[in-house]
Amino acid sequence: MAKTDIGPPDYKTMLPPVIARNYGKWRYHEILKPGVLMHIAESGEALYTVRAGSPRLVSTDHIREICDMADKYCDGYLRFTSRHNIEFLLADKDKVEPLIAELASRQYPVGGTGHSISNIVHTQGWVHCHTPATDASGPVKALMDEIYEHFVTSTLPAHVRIALACCLNMCGAVHCSDIAILGIHRTVPIPDNTRVPNVCEIPSTVASCPTGAIRGDMKNKTVTVNPDKCMYCGNCYTVCPAMPIADPENDGISIWVGGKVSNARSAPKFSKLAIPFLPNNPPRWPEVVNAVKNIIEVYATHARKHERVGEWIERVGWERFFTLTGIPFTDKHIDDFDMATETFRTSTQFKWG
Amino acid sequence: MAESKTPLLDKLEEGKWPSFVKDMKQAAEKNPMAKDLIAQLELSYKDKIGHWKHGGIVGVKGYGSGVIGRYSDRPDLFPNVQAFHTMRVNHPTGWFYKTDALRKLCDVWDKHGSGLTNMHGATGDVILLGTRTEHLQSCFDDLSAAGFDLGGSGSALRTPSACVGPGRCEWACIDSLDICYNITMSYQDKIHRPMFPYKFKIKVSACSNDCVASIARSDLSIIGTWKGDIQIDQKEVLAYVSTIDIQKEVCDLCPTRCMEWNGNELKIYNDDCTRCMHCINLMPKALRPGKEKGATILIGGKAPILQGALLSWVIVPFMKMEPPYAELKDLIERIQDWWDEYGKSRERLGELIKRLGMRVFLRAVGLPAVPQMVKAPRTNPYVFFWPEEIQKEVK
Repeated sequence: MAKTDIGPPDYKTMLPPVIARNYGKWRYHEILKPGVLMHIAESGEALYTVRAGSPRLVSTDHIREICDMADKYCDGYLRFTSRHNIEFLLADKDKVEPLIAELASRQYPVGGTGHSISNIVHTQGWVHCHTPATDASGPVKALMDEIYEHFVTSTLPAHVRIALACCLNMCGAVHCSDIAILGIHRTVPIPDNTRVPNVCEIPSTVASCPTGAIRGDMKNKTVTVNPDKCMYCGNCYTVCPAMPIADPENDGISIWVGGKVSNARSAPKFSKLAIPFLPNNPPRWPEVVNAVKNIIEVYATHARKHERVGEWIERVGWERFFTLTGIPFTDKHIDDFDMATETFRTSTQFKWG
Repeated sequence: MAESKTPLLDKLEEGKWPSFVKDMKQAAEKNPMAKDLIAQLELSYKDKIGHWKHGGIVGVKGYGSGVIGRYSDRPDLFPNVQAFHTMRVNHPTGWFYKTDALRKLCDVWDKHGSGLTNMHGATGDVILLGTRTEHLQSCFDDLSAAGFDLGGSGSALRTPSACVGPGRCEWACIDSLDICYNITMSYQDKIHRPMFPYKFKIKVSACSNDCVASIARSDLSIIGTWKGDIQIDQKEVLAYVSTIDIQKEVCDLCPTRCMEWNGNELKIYNDDCTRCMHCINLMPKALRPGKEKGATILIGGKAPILQGALLSWVIVPFMKMEPPYAELKDLIERIQDWWDEYGKSRERLGELIKRLGMRVFLRAVGLPAVPQMVKAPRTNPYVFFWPEEIQKEVK
């Protein structure tokens, strides 16, 4: 019988000796070039980090290849970042360039530091999820191919964090990203009245609806959905598998902008709706890729140094954001959920666009 | 040459960014589950719809979480992924690895699963992507023997995560790694045996740059901060003049305008500073956080489902963070007890506080109301008073 509740391996056993020696005693750091960090400790010792991109969905062979490189250049020590990048941790400066050369020969992008676009935090999508409105790995790959230069360079006004979630459950917590790509459903779930009585608990299905759109039909041991109240979150489907919501022709992607998680300068903020709907167009989602590229380019042209996307938009105004990007403003951009009125303009101060 | 069975996915092998399709094909060469997975994904690309059914209670002995049940809706076409469950493996705190540990993980997964993983999942776990029901227990046994354990899922404490903190960062105001590991080890039962109204996430960031997005993504956010003056090295400030426009890039972008630069000396009015990190981020050699360090505790953050997304709210402006973190753990337990008692099924902590009121929450967990908790006092006159605050009628 296996031991239970042993918890994860103690991280202290995974730290390179240079980190163990200088733990909590780091003095400063410099970005030597995109993807290469140098941290200097109070002791004067240096730690070099080489950051490489990853598709996140990786095979065990791929992980072993990463291990081989970490063994060769880093005495067997590496880490991953909160944005799925791989970080090779080196104590020996002389091994930095040979590692970068080997990474280049194996087509690993090195970058994602400073004012760049780092890896896209994303979810499972069609690869392994039961509620996706789009795929995750596919749109991410298609977009990263097109904005690759922004990963390996550091020339934007500030860093741009992009995230993708394949439905409103937001396992990827995209709601505070500079640019968020969010899969959405647009049609109501259809209860399968032959299956609901057997597989679903009616009170919990009714309670799962945030807008009260679901009513119990006790006579037929099923539920009904009020299409005027449903906003397609799919939460009922998670509770009751007999009311599928996926709809190939109407599911798609929405684009949100201007969120951030750090407290630097301005407070953390939510992303706001920029584009309500773009179609699912696999395998390379051209409409989504072009829309995001356009937002990045307009931001890069107009924002001031150190301004995150949201800080830039707040300075110039949302009305100007829509003018500059050419994105049409629609009635869908105006909130109608419970805190909607807080976003309505209550002053005569606005720009003409 | 034989015609490709995955013409749509093949298009995602093109381009410079590393391709997940290459990894899937690599695994498919030696693993029938991975082979059916990529074939089913190709069908999704054609149909523009997912082909997974959800749920089903599957797991390992003694645990209620850590395994996510998953079944193909086309087992007729893809029998090897008829059952294709995810296992969540608690990552080493800070995502630090020695290669021998990672290789062991790979060996276990090649033996029992699809050979495909996510490094890592959104909450931080290693995601082992897909195995059959009959492999779950033996896979867990081998993981355990290799020194790994499962993470949280369902209505449990989810795997806590932390930024790199004192492992590599000069800005760390708290030991994010130790706090996270300590909490993880103390609450194994809460991680492995779902006992809450819904999920509960804890994330630890060692400074307010918040590299693990704890304000956005966790029910309980622990963020390093300091009291007292920012430490200045004026000589190093001057050294930055060649690379940074200190007036424009540092002083003018300070949200509280608490800095003055005369071309020779940087002055900080620390009473006005809100510790946002901008100036320290720009000049790490010259500026360092103040000496008295601790954490700000915030609660209630979550993604939209159900009642809309929330960012965490400040409930303790400053708490000292010394092992064994008794004050923190005592607070966490009081919060979870209250949530457990009053929360409805699938009601996150933030939603419960919204429903019952911050005033009720603070009293229940024994925290004093302080101005740091709000952006501004209320503007409506719908004020509730406690019974003891009202003078009883004298007859």
